[in-house]
Amino acid sequence: MTTLTTPTQASAEAGSATALLEFTNTTMTFPNGTVALRDVDLTVSPGEFVSVVGPSGCGKSTLLRIASGLETASDGSTVVRTDHVGYVFQDATLLPWRTVRQNVELVAELRGMPAQARAAKAAEVIETVGLKGFEDNLPRQLSGGMKMRASVARSLMMDPELFLFDEPFGALDEITRERLNDELLRLFAEQRFAGLFITHSVSEAVYLSTRVVVMSGRPGTLVATFDVPFPIPRDPDIRFTGEFAELTGRVSHALREAHS
Amino acid sequence: MALEAPLVRARPRRTARKSPFTARAILKGSAWKVLAVLVLLIGLWHLWAASEAHKGLGFLVPYPHQVWQLGFEDSQSRSQLAQALWNSVQVTFVGLAIAIVIGVVWAMVMAQASWAEQALFPYAVVLQCIPILALVPLIGALAGFGFEPRVIVTVMIALFPMVSNTLFGLQSVERGQRELFELSGAGRLTVLRKLQMPAAMPSIFVGLRTSAGLSVIGAIVGDQFFQRGTPGLGALIQVDQSRLLGPQMWAAIFTASALGVAIFLVFGLLGRLSVGRWHDFS
Repeated sequence: MTTLTTPTQASAEAGSATALLEFTNTTMTFPNGTVALRDVDLTVSPGEFVSVVGPSGCGKSTLLRIASGLETASDGSTVVRTDHVGYVFQDATLLPWRTVRQNVELVAELRGMPAQARAAKAAEVIETVGLKGFEDNLPRQLSGGMKMRASVARSLMMDPELFLFDEPFGALDEITRERLNDELLRLFAEQRFAGLFITHSVSEAVYLSTRVVVMSGRPGTLVATFDVPFPIPRDPDIRFTGEFAELTGRVSHALREAHS
Repeated sequence: MALEAPLVRARPRRTARKSPFTARAILKGSAWKVLAVLVLLIGLWHLWAASEAHKGLGFLVPYPHQVWQLGFEDSQSRSQLAQALWNSVQVTFVGLAIAIVIGVVWAMVMAQASWAEQALFPYAVVLQCIPILALVPLIGALAGFGFEPRVIVTVMIALFPMVSNTLFGLQSVERGQRELFELSGAGRLTVLRKLQMPAAMPSIFVGLRTSAGLSVIGAIVGDQFFQRGTPGLGALIQVDQSRLLGPQMWAAIFTASALGVAIFLVFGLLGRLSVGRWHDFS
C-alpha cells in the first residue's frame, strides 16, 4: 500500500476500503497561486474504468499526476492502495535508442525484475498489444499507433492494478484511435484493473468507461458524474446506438454547462 | 490471452543507408564536383606560383608539382614528414582524450543541479575566452617545452565544445522520459546511465568532431611555441620556412590539413556508426 498523504483521514471513511485510488477533498494550488483543482472527491475501484473529461487546462492531467505521485496535492488526501501502478503518458515516451523489446522491458528493468522473467513477460505483453514481429524495431520505424501500443505494453509489464492514462490517444488519427480504444476495452475486460482515463473526447470517454466524470475548469472541480450502463466486454457497434448517442449528448451538455 | 492482432500491420521499415564510397555513389553523388573544384584550384595555384616566380618569390610559392616532388616524393622529406606527423598525432590524441574525459565529467556534474551549472558554466566560457597564446610563456615555464605543454595547449583549445555539447545533450532529455524514470523509482545514477548519457550521445559526437578538429590546431600551435622535445608538423613548418624550403613547407601544411580533415571524417563516421541507427547524425 502506497500512501501519498494522510492515510488515517482516508481509511477512516467507511465503505471505500476496496477502492485502489481515492481522492478526498483533493486540492491543488500551485506556488504561483493558480488553483488547479478544488475539493475533488473521486474513487476508483478494481473493475471500474473512470474517464475524466474536460477542456484543455482544466486540471485533469494534474489529477492524474497527483495520483501517480509526480506531484503532491496541496490539500486534502490522496490514497493509492497498490504498488502496481501503470502510467501511460500523452506521448509514447519511448527511448529512441532502444528497440521495442528493450523499451517494453524498461520499467521492469528499472524496478529490478530479473532478466529472464523480464524477457518472458515482455514476449507476453508484446503479443497482447499486437506488436509481435516488431520486437527488434526501433521507435522511429513505428507508426504513432504502434508506439502507443509499445507504451501500453511497457506498463503492462508490472501487472498494473491501477492504470492511469493521460490523454494517450489524443495525437492519433481517428481510425487508429478507435482501434486502440477497442483493444484497451478488451484488455480491461480481461484484466479488470482500476482505470483512470483522462481525455477531451466525450465519445471516447463514454465508449471506454464504466463511469464518466465531467470537470470544469479554473479551478478544476467535478461537476457531474454519469454511470455508463453498457456491459463489458463491449460491442464496438454500441457507438452507433441511440442510447450511446443519448448518453454522449448528456455528457456534452454537462460539459457545456460547466463552461458557459 | 492474446488480443486480436491488428488488421493493418506496418512492414518493418528499414532506413536505407547509402555508402558514399562506392564508384556509383561517386559518379551519382557529389564527389566528382569536389574533384572538379580541386582541379580548378590546382590550376589557379599554378598561375599564382608562376606570377610569384616572376617576382622572385618562387621559394615561397612553389609550383604544385614541386611540392609533390620535393615535399612528398623525396624520401628524406617524406620521412621527416612522417615523423612530424606521428608526433603531432600523439599530441592530438592524448590532448583530445584528456579533453573528452574532463569535458564529459564537467558536464555531468553541471547536469546534476541547476546551481552546479550556474556555478561552473561561466568557467567553461572563461576558458574558451582566454587567449591561449597569452598563457604560452607561463605554460612553458611551468611544464617545460616538450610533450606536456603541447598537450596542455591542445586540451585548453579542445575542451569547450566537449563541455557545452555534452551539457546540452544531457539536458535534452524529454520531460516525459524523465518522469517515466522517476515513476519507476530510478535513482540519479540510473537516470544518468540509462537515460541522460544515451540521449546525449548525438550531441557528444557533434562536440567530439569539433573538438577533434580543434585538437589538431592545438597540437600544431603548441608545436610552434614549444620547439624542444620531439617536434611535430607545426615545428617542421617553421623550420622549413626559416630555411626557405618552400615545397617542403607546403607539404607539411598540407599534411597538417589532411590530419585535420581525416580526424573530422573519422569522428563523423564514428558518430554515425554509434548513433546513426536511431538519430539522423549529419
